[in-house]
Amino acid sequence: MEDHLGCVITGTIGVDAHVIGTKVISRALREAGFKVVELGAQTPAEEFIMAAQETAADAMMISSLYGMAELDLEGFRDKCTEAGLEDIVLYVGGILGVARRNFAEDEAKFKQMGFDRVYPPETDIRQGIKDLKADLAQKRAERP
Amino acid sequence: MRSTRLFVDFGSTFTKLVAFDLEAEELLARVQVPSTVGQDITIGLEEAFSLLSETVPIGEAERHQTVACSSAAGGLRIVCVGLVPEYTTEAGRRAALGAGAKVVGSYSFELSETELREIEEIAPDIILLTGGTDGGNRKVIIHNAAMLALCPGVGNVIVAGNKSARDDVDALFAGSGKNVIYTGNVMPEIGVLEVEAANHKIRELFIARITEAKGIGRARGMIADVIMPTPAAVLEAAKLLADGTAREPGIGELLLVDVGGATTDVYSVAKGAPTAGTVRFLGLPEPYAKRTVEGDLGLFHNLGTLKEIAEQEDVPDGFDEVVEAMCRENSVPTGEEQTECHLLLSKVAVRSAVNRHVGTLKTMVTPNGEVVVQRGKDLTAVPWVVGAGGPVSFSADPAQVLEGALFEEELPMLLKPKAPRMLLDEHYILFALGLLAQSEPAKALRLMRKYVAPLPGPERWGSRPSEKPIGIGGRTA
Repeated sequence: MEDHLGCVITGTIGVDAHVIGTKVISRALREAGFKVVELGAQTPAEEFIMAAQETAADAMMISSLYGMAELDLEGFRDKCTEAGLEDIVLYVGGILGVARRNFAEDEAKFKQMGFDRVYPPETDIRQGIKDLKADLAQKRAERP
Repeated sequence: MRSTRLFVDFGSTFTKLVAFDLEAEELLARVQVPSTVGQDITIGLEEAFSLLSETVPIGEAERHQTVACSSAAGGLRIVCVGLVPEYTTEAGRRAALGAGAKVVGSYSFELSETELREIEEIAPDIILLTGGTDGGNRKVIIHNAAMLALCPGVGNVIVAGNKSARDDVDALFAGSGKNVIYTGNVMPEIGVLEVEAANHKIRELFIARITEAKGIGRARGMIADVIMPTPAAVLEAAKLLADGTAREPGIGELLLVDVGGATTDVYSVAKGAPTAGTVRFLGLPEPYAKRTVEGDLGLFHNLGTLKEIAEQEDVPDGFDEVVEAMCRENSVPTGEEQTECHLLLSKVAVRSAVNRHVGTLKTMVTPNGEVVVQRGKDLTAVPWVVGAGGPVSFSADPAQVLEGALFEEELPMLLKPKAPRMLLDEHYILFALGLLAQSEPAKALRLMRKYVAPLPGPERWGSRPSEKPIGIGGRTA
């Protein structure tokens, strides 16, 4: 058994410079017992994938607050599959669509894109951590 | 002293033979005879030689020096098997197309038994097996290798996938009796396309095995070699024309449209990066020298498709009957009505094929305003459009046909060339120059500059200064 609950890659995708949210998430994850690879702001999709390959990560928590997440994350699940990360847990959160109009629409869209969970702005990170523990436990149970 | 060099294209309909004088750097003659690949390819070749010798004296030495390309016997038929359709499967397709192949099937993810039976029925010349970045997904390529190892319709496999899966793949193919060749990954990491190595292996295999299996190899007793599929020779010519040699510059980026009897091929030798600074590029990177082929757009075998597309817009009165008459009469247009109709259909072929080759723009709304996203190549600033292939080269009005390749104000999202100058392979010799480029690139380039002629605009049509007359001969079936 490893000495942490799992390895999580965090960061803000694309050319988005917002950094506070992903810092808060990273700190909370560490405090909760996860190993965190913190990529920070303005991280291209490819870097998330390479970092996950190198660290054999269990999950990614991707932030986006500038409304371009759909473009930045196009084909992201497929890229993970090609990269051998077919089992990785993918979360995305922030201001995902145009303005803060309809979260249900955004949620459906990103789930369609292959994300396991989608969070609106101002989500309590404790909820995310709770979900992550549950999802990782389920993945481990499914593994042969 | 004359230094005659001969080049052959074994097509599915015609065997074409071109003669150059390399000393004077001149085109001596071009002849074509009906293809005989169905019975014995050497019969047509012998006929072409004797037809040529009516105008150009050729001896044994010249014959044995002849280099050929071929698209006969169905061309080079490849099935691509990858992982994700948009990534490693698409990367494989691009490698195959760039090597001059005909992609006769594309499969993604884990192959099913049904798909395997389909592949068996297709019986491709080569399977191009990809999947996973290096160090990435191993599971799918290993599963697919296991399936393909048991597929009786499969003889040659080129593996261009995850390098970490190679040993397992190798073990699965061991003892299967298949000819398995390993090469570099077409997508070694996410967002990186490397098709050159696979491309090279495909051509090698074509020379070593495929031509023999198709009976094209019989020609080797008479000539030097059959070195590549015809579309690859045209792509080589396009690259040389655009980039030049180390000593002599080429003409710069270009778009080449080659309309044939059964297909329309489009080649772009251009980076295709966004021309507007604010545009974002999405999708797999584009190869600098890119080929696409529309298998359903031809002026002989696929007139039906063209007719359908043409009919979506304005067609002249009695269009139906004229096309039918053309089909009956082997599609060589006779009379004013048929000529007009043939021009229209040729333009439709060019337009549809170029529309599918070029990149597109899409506007998306974000909180930061509108963002424009580009997929595929932006060819709006490409300075040259080159026309090739019988229906264009021998057309009554090539400039009008090539207009189909130009940017359209009504379709601003299609990134077609905006103000290019036009060139025409009026003697239909690009394949030969692509072949010559393999040994004598400098001479090939100079011949190209000489014989691939600038096309005057339609307003000046008819006042074209005529070239020195050369022998263009032919026999029809």
